Amino acid sequence: MIALLIRDVRLAIRAGGGFGLGLAFFLIVVVLVPFGVGPRTELLTSIAPGILWLGALLACLLSLDRILALDWEDGSLDLLATSPLPMEGVVSMKALAHWLTTGLPLVIAAPVLAIMLNLPPQGFGPLVLSLILGTPALSVIGTFGAALTVGVKRGGLLLSLLVLPLYVPTLIFGAEVSRRGAEGMDFSTPLAMLAGITCGTIAILPFASAAVLRVNLR
Amino acid sequence: MELRVTDLTVTRGMLRVLCGVSFTLASGGALILRGPNGIGKTTLLRSISGLQPPLDGSISAPAESFAYAGHADGLKATLSVAENLEFWSSIFGRGGVGTALEAFELTPLAARPAGMLSAGQKRRLGLARLLVTGRPIWILDEPTVSLDADAVAMFVAAIRAHLGAGGSALMATHIDLGIAEARVLDVTQFRAPASGAFEFDEAFL
Repeated sequence: MIALLIRDVRLAIRAGGGFGLGLAFFLIVVVLVPFGVGPRTELLTSIAPGILWLGALLACLLSLDRILALDWEDGSLDLLATSPLPMEGVVSMKALAHWLTTGLPLVIAAPVLAIMLNLPPQGFGPLVLSLILGTPALSVIGTFGAALTVGVKRGGLLLSLLVLPLYVPTLIFGAEVSRRGAEGMDFSTPLAMLAGITCGTIAILPFASAAVLRVNLR
Repeated sequence: MELRVTDLTVTRGMLRVLCGVSFTLASGGALILRGPNGIGKTTLLRSISGLQPPLDGSISAPAESFAYAGHADGLKATLSVAENLEFWSSIFGRGGVGTALEAFELTPLAARPAGMLSAGQKRRLGLARLLVTGRPIWILDEPTVSLDADAVAMFVAAIRAHLGAGGSALMATHIDLGIAEARVLDVTQFRAPASGAFEFDEAFL
């Protein structure tokens, strides 16, 4: 399974792998928002946590259809299904590889971009913490969506529509953690909810994704 | 390992395509499936290799004994030939891709990205994958597509070596490979009768 993880990360980093896609999108959103909002630093400060979370979520969404569609097109998914790896392991590794190449760079880039949105200093820690805890759920849910739409040609739109409602709880609690952190309030309750959602999705969704994928491969 | 298929009924898109397929494939033996396009050879091979459940019937060998090679080779264009093969060999928990590269004369191409290969070379790499799986029963769907005469000879040599080592091969192909010991099974005889009475509910499943 480690071999699958290494292969997926390597494929993403090599030319045409789409490694920078999510990151570039995140950068564009965060850079353009201050231009759109205008020179009002107090307003930027108050919307910064929400914008950063929304940007991260949309950047994540952008690369979801690559998780399984490419392997489906070139036949690797059939071969992986007949390999000794359990399907649950395959989808878990796919989700982990997606997080390493999309979620983790977003977490690292977020504090840098937060400066552009005038996020107060005490908000940086909660922002990074919420993204580290929340983005794995985005990858795992996204892999489930990718498994649902794997046989559909150009299924990107359907995938987005399926996945967006499932992303809402993560977005609400993630943005709430960083908002409360930025305002210097106690953020332990939304943080616990966010961590709970992530743990729950990691525990349950690989089984659902694997079951869906087996049906879709028929 | 012996493969015994008994009264297998396979479906494609809720329609039965082949009914009552029965054959036995002993270890060291090869079986070639023949039949016109669309008769259901691919569906049968996918069902036997465990990619889709058969509607009825039984397959004696477990899914772990099959190495499946379909129409697509499962290659990654940005990985090199050796990296592609090493990936599959580590997935199947085996080391050493040297002999597999050698068998299909891919050693000089080992460092080249798979995306730069010709169609025939890609096919050879796809077939070399079978050697690193170490599984006893090879299931091959049109293995010789886009291969030239020399490459077909390499493929036949690989099949012979596999059969000689106690493995077996089940393949769908239209060309005569010249494997004397291979039996031929025409699947046209198993064609499912066209069912006029379509279950209404099935349309929504």
